Amino acid sequence: MPDQDAAAPRTMFEKIWDRHRVLERPDGQVLLYVDRHLIHDGSEPAFDMLRRRGLPIRAPERIFATPDHYVPTDTRDVTAIPNPALRAMVESLDRNVAEHGIHMFGLKDEGQGIVHVIGPEQGLTQPGLLMVCPDSHTSTHGAMGALAFGIGMTEVTHVLATQTLWQRKPATMRISVDGPLGAGVTAKDIILHIIATIGAEGAVGHVIEYAGSAIRGLSMEGRLTLCNMSIEAGARAGMVAPDETTFDYLKGRPFAPRGAAWDRSLAQWRRLPSDPDARFDREVAIDATTIAPTITWGNSPQDAVAIDGHIPDPADEGDPERRAAMQDVFVYMGLAPGMAATDLPIDRVFIGSCTNGRIEDLRAAAAIARGRHVAAGVTAWVVPGSAPVKRQAEAEGLDRVFLEAGFDWREAGCSMCLGTNGEIGAPGERIAATSNRNFRGRQGPGVRTHLMSPAMAAAAAVTGRITDVRRLAEA
Amino acid sequence: MERFTTLHAAAVPFARDNIDTDQILPARFLHMARDADHGACLFRDLRAGPDGTEVADFPLNRPGWRDARIALGGRNFACGSSRENAVWALHGHGIRAVIAPSFGDIFAINAVKNGLLPVVLPAEAVAALMAEAEAHPGAAITIDLAAQTVTAADGTVHPFDIDGFTRHCLLEGVDELAFTLSHAEDIAAFERRMDRGNI
Ligand code: SF4
Repeated sequence: MPDQDAAAPRTMFEKIWDRHRVLERPDGQVLLYVDRHLIHDGSEPAFDMLRRRGLPIRAPERIFATPDHYVPTDTRDVTAIPNPALRAMVESLDRNVAEHGIHMFGLKDEGQGIVHVIGPEQGLTQPGLLMVCPDSHTSTHGAMGALAFGIGMTEVTHVLATQTLWQRKPATMRISVDGPLGAGVTAKDIILHIIATIGAEGAVGHVIEYAGSAIRGLSMEGRLTLCNMSIEAGARAGMVAPDETTFDYLKGRPFAPRGAAWDRSLAQWRRLPSDPDARFDREVAIDATTIAPTITWGNSPQDAVAIDGHIPDPADEGDPERRAAMQDVFVYMGLAPGMAATDLPIDRVFIGSCTNGRIEDLRAAAAIARGRHVAAGVTAWVVPGSAPVKRQAEAEGLDRVFLEAGFDWREAGCSMCLGTNGEIGAPGERIAATSNRNFRGRQGPGVRTHLMSPAMAAAAAVTGRITDVRRLAEA
Repeated sequence: MERFTTLHAAAVPFARDNIDTDQILPARFLHMARDADHGACLFRDLRAGPDGTEVADFPLNRPGWRDARIALGGRNFACGSSRENAVWALHGHGIRAVIAPSFGDIFAINAVKNGLLPVVLPAEAVAALMAEAEAHPGAAITIDLAAQTVTAADGTVHPFDIDGFTRHCLLEGVDELAFTLSHAEDIAAFERRMDRGNI
């Protein structure tokens, strides 16, 4: 629908929403047109539902696929997957894309990778687009000014069949982060700090727009990390207004527009940012100077603490129900009340995932690993977010840095973020991870996960304990 | 889709806030086929130890709640992963409705598309239902979707909101896809406008 009330000030989210409206139902839900549909090797149930109903795919040219959730990261050979059920997941994607003529970044292709890493990398993710994918971290793509959110399998079936989706319009929330960032503070620390501030349900029912000088100053990759974890605050989506950083990143990528089409798109993209007078349903202001390198201690991403801080004491929690829940978490995580964040020895390190598996993340980790060695008894993995990230890192010699420091250098995939490919920790192991969820059992039954930035994870690897990266960076 | 009209059943309380879908259905069961027994894996790692021994005080293992068909949850129930499998696990176990002060967005959407009713009630109302459930494990409460009410065992009536069309789909057991397909011409018209650059 052409902008019917272009005169009223609108947020970026509202501009994108309005442009994708096909229909409105009497109960207020709106049918939205989906520009890009990303799928992965967990998507078979949706194809199965479609087959059972005998329905065709409406717009296969709008779908892009890659295997990431079930692929091994020690080989690119599907037939080498020992568990037949997991192998079948990867093979089902091959079959489905072949049958429907869907563009595929296959396991041995040079573009393969985690679905949320390759979208931006290939230029599939663009400002103003509406994108969906059966994975909750689809919010990542909002970093480029797209409206992107995760959906369930029945919704995937609906998008496959109709290229549309019914949605109730979410509320809007602007989180402004202003001021200079301190030493060692990355996008990961900003988002952990935000979630700790507003809570794991702080943004339920909202689309977040991140704004402010600290956000403008982030690289594209930092913004992707930031938006990635919007879902951990309960948000429907997270977005950053496109600017020169976005356009510079996008230009020349395989699926980005070229020539005259680029100029036309650019003119359109420049009109996307929220109008100066646009109103948000909620506003949150964060002072960037108060953010330190941050880790999580508990089983919710909101359980975050500055690295020079202390883990709380359940006895200080007034509400008995919450106190009991917290005591439970302390038992599971093996914590003592009031201990220093740096008092925690670790067994494993996982550097990777769609949150922090990009080239800048690997550079930051390598800068700490260089000339040091993984501590005795610690297993440390680096899993690039995509095959292109891996090639780039190798071209820069980062693989050598990691290997010489005693890290494992692996193939691209989700790996230990979720462990559906079988790559999990052992019960009781404490893991320093750059992924996005510290839920109980997320990295394997009984595993204790602490979330942090790539540099902090590398610092944990070389010291064998959770460590303030600023101390190593100075050394 | 299975119809949902009224339900008179025991309600099992899960008193924690932010219960995530990784707890409801651990990731290692995600490869199971749609029609596999997801119910058997519901809350697997909270419900049983590594060797399969039941954790005695987990609510689903307590007498009175083993066959509960309604769940009571804390804030932000089923947050996290978009896995629809979490809905299949609850549904497979026999649970047809969850009452909580708030839900993870994606879970709530997935739920209604599988005939599982998410009911949002104020935190105090949920707390009262939980207290009553704890005092009388197995006592039945009633959910009436047409009337949009939850009636506690003591007779207290709590009204709730739900989108009209979602309610219609649940009451009639019809799914959205057929409805959307009946609007294929509107979608095609939208695509034509988009191709002409009018969008
Ligand atoms: S890396 Fe983790 S969060 Fe990202 S797509 Fe894979 S499983 Fe999902």
